[in-house]
Amino acid sequence: MIAFIIRRLLQSILVMLTVALVAFALFRFVGDPIASMVGQETTLAERAELRDALGLNDPFVVQFFTFVSRALVGDFGISYRLQQPVMELILSRLPATLELALVSGILAFVLGVGFGVYTALRRGGWLSSSIMTVSLIGVSLPTFLIGVLLIWVFAVELQWLPSFGRGDVVDLGGWWRTGLLTESGRASLVLPAITLGLYQMTLIMRLVRAEMLEVLRTDYIKFARARGLTNRAVNFGHALKNTLVPVITITGLQLGSIIAFAIITETVFQWPGVGALFINSVRFVDVPVMAAYLMLIALVFVVINLIVDLLYYVVDPRLRMDRTTAGH
Amino acid sequence: MSMHHILKMPRSRLMLGAAAVSLALTSAASAETLRWARVGDALTMDPHSQNEGPTHTLNHHIYETLVGRDVDGKLLPRLATEWGISEEDDSVWVFKIREGVTFHDGTAMTAEDVVFSLDRARTPPSGMAALHAAVEEVTAVDDTTVHVRMSGPAPLYVQNLTNTFIMSKAWAEANGVETAPNFAAGEEAYSVRNTNGTGPYKLVERDPEVRTVLEVFEGHWGDAPEVTEIIYTPISEAATRVAALLSGEVDVVQDVPVQDIARLEQTDGIKVVRGPENRNIFFSYDMTSEKLASSDAADNPFAKPEVREAMAMVIDREAIRQVVMRGESQPSAAPLPPFVNGWTEEMHAFPSPDVERAAELVAEAGYPDGFSVTLNCPNDRYLNDEAICQALVGMLSRINIKANLVAQTRSLHFPLIENWETDFYMLGWGVPTFDSQYIFDFLVHSRGGAYGAFNGSRYANPELDAKIESLATMTDLEARNAVIAEIWDQVMEDRVFLNVHNQVLAYAMRDDINLDVHPENQPRMTTVTFD
Repeated sequence: MIAFIIRRLLQSILVMLTVALVAFALFRFVGDPIASMVGQETTLAERAELRDALGLNDPFVVQFFTFVSRALVGDFGISYRLQQPVMELILSRLPATLELALVSGILAFVLGVGFGVYTALRRGGWLSSSIMTVSLIGVSLPTFLIGVLLIWVFAVELQWLPSFGRGDVVDLGGWWRTGLLTESGRASLVLPAITLGLYQMTLIMRLVRAEMLEVLRTDYIKFARARGLTNRAVNFGHALKNTLVPVITITGLQLGSIIAFAIITETVFQWPGVGALFINSVRFVDVPVMAAYLMLIALVFVVINLIVDLLYYVVDPRLRMDRTTAGH
Repeated sequence: MSMHHILKMPRSRLMLGAAAVSLALTSAASAETLRWARVGDALTMDPHSQNEGPTHTLNHHIYETLVGRDVDGKLLPRLATEWGISEEDDSVWVFKIREGVTFHDGTAMTAEDVVFSLDRARTPPSGMAALHAAVEEVTAVDDTTVHVRMSGPAPLYVQNLTNTFIMSKAWAEANGVETAPNFAAGEEAYSVRNTNGTGPYKLVERDPEVRTVLEVFEGHWGDAPEVTEIIYTPISEAATRVAALLSGEVDVVQDVPVQDIARLEQTDGIKVVRGPENRNIFFSYDMTSEKLASSDAADNPFAKPEVREAMAMVIDREAIRQVVMRGESQPSAAPLPPFVNGWTEEMHAFPSPDVERAAELVAEAGYPDGFSVTLNCPNDRYLNDEAICQALVGMLSRINIKANLVAQTRSLHFPLIENWETDFYMLGWGVPTFDSQYIFDFLVHSRGGAYGAFNGSRYANPELDAKIESLATMTDLEARNAVIAEIWDQVMEDRVFLNVHNQVLAYAMRDDINLDVHPENQPRMTTVTFD
């Protein structure tokens, strides 16, 4: 177990370094940060001077090495755009993104599993068919469009929910600002969470349904029924439990995607998270923020993959068995 | 709530409730909150760090300048009550400083603070330094008089001061921000999120890119504004910004998308105000090189006057206004906004397109089969920039000029002009000094030193260069205007620019709010009145 974790950690470091390298290679094609940093009156000589001072003229390898050696001690520099330390900027935005991702992740998981089980058990029912049809919208409409549609229906026409922002936030301990404790904060969370979670919900629902249908046909379910177990025990105790391994993998990986792809949802709803920060940084060619954000996302995926691997151990006894009784 | 519940409520809470209601009623009459949204946030609260529109716009509410710019483009007294060129020495500007002005921290503003601020603004890494390049020394002669010595006569220097803010010397020293923040230093300066100005509002809350709250400053020297609190929110997505106005979550929206203007005007309770922006949109081309890098022609077609004339003949500005801009632009052949000194009706006028004659001209110039060239455009900088370029591509194809459009983000587009890597490009230009010299310095003068940074046409006319340089020190404004007219005659004759139009600004707001469009897109919430 320990050896496994250490092996995974070493792999993770390699992954992070690769991401940093690829990201750095890409930055050279995003454009010149100087153009956005100075006024139009600035002379060409002054522009060249600033470029030198920021080290933008250094060879690629030197820039990359400087970045990695600083990043190792947690120093990502200062934002070209907002003139604040990048680390502080990202940490102040992270709670907004994590709260949004978590709520929409839970929403997607609970509704996805629920609908999945229901549609598998009541195959052909009118409610099942309509859930399946509506869920098609979830996978086929782009996030951007869903967000705008929800804003028009619930914010502009019905005026039930806010169209942008995060509402009032409460400061917890000076390093985490939460919107979950205020009414306006919770109201602001509804539309973005649905927008962000809809695709994942559909995915989980279809996966659970397919897996359930598969499992329900197997012999042990027939035996379980033959033993006279209640429907409840058969469906949830035996069938659902055995569908969960792939579902946990997908949900885990999707949680990473939710954080990474919150970019669009955050932009549509002006949600003050790291995704919106990243988009604004791309527009401005704010290299320090872009680099730090990509590293953060890589870290999130690495950690989630690690946790998912560990969860397999818990859910699937065969994995534990294989290790302890190896060689039989 | 039912009667039963009210009866069960403790007496003290009932009283409190009643008190709150009466408080709300009285404050409604005297306090007005304005919720204001635009596409992006100010980059910093530091008054001199960035020479950038949205940054100045927000800072104008907190800090003040010596002179202000009115909505008609004229100068207004602000912290300076009078200004002029010294009678003894024509390279010295004299400013009379307003008395009885206090900073938000309660200290009095003096001539020393003005000297300190101007020095801070002209010292790198300040973003404002280029506007004060001709300043040699700033001195306080007495408590209310400041002298600015220039390297020579500078008749228009006062025009450069409309975005240079005055800050407190003592406050800056106490907080270690004697100079503007340095990007390369890698530390956040105190002045990035804290302010101490003399403006009508003080900063109460600053959460960059989320929310900025300003509250009226009781100790301000001017008339009290009707708006007592400003909540400023950037909303980057156009559809969301408009939705926030329609749902009543914000009161004023800047940066209204062109395609939404008509619909907003038809909505009850919403109005849209428009005005010309200090920015014209034009095309220019390399008219000097031997051969174009992106063209199949053996030589440089843009070097031929016939080709430039043909392009001016084939561009259909009215069509661009109607189709691309949905009526929201001011077509013009003059490469400068109408309120800038040097603009004339003659330059502005343009004939309707003549495709046949234009095609003949291209053939006469030696391109019977036409030629190809790459057209570089930004796609996120000006209103409908890419669509304007697409329209031009279609128009040019009618005279056998095959323009291949490359539309990309601003940070990729502008370096092409800076590095002379484009043969044919779009550019928009605002004139913060409201005088033609600013255009000549950056776009017409041959490149070198402080001149020609955005001269992507490689246009170089030594005679014109000398005239442009002479403008900086001419104190006889009539003679100076005559030289400006001469320069424009030559530039128009040589067709250095293919101008399209002036941009029009639109602000949308609740219909009981009165707010004028500012030509520099810097609305002042102090001027807001309510019906």
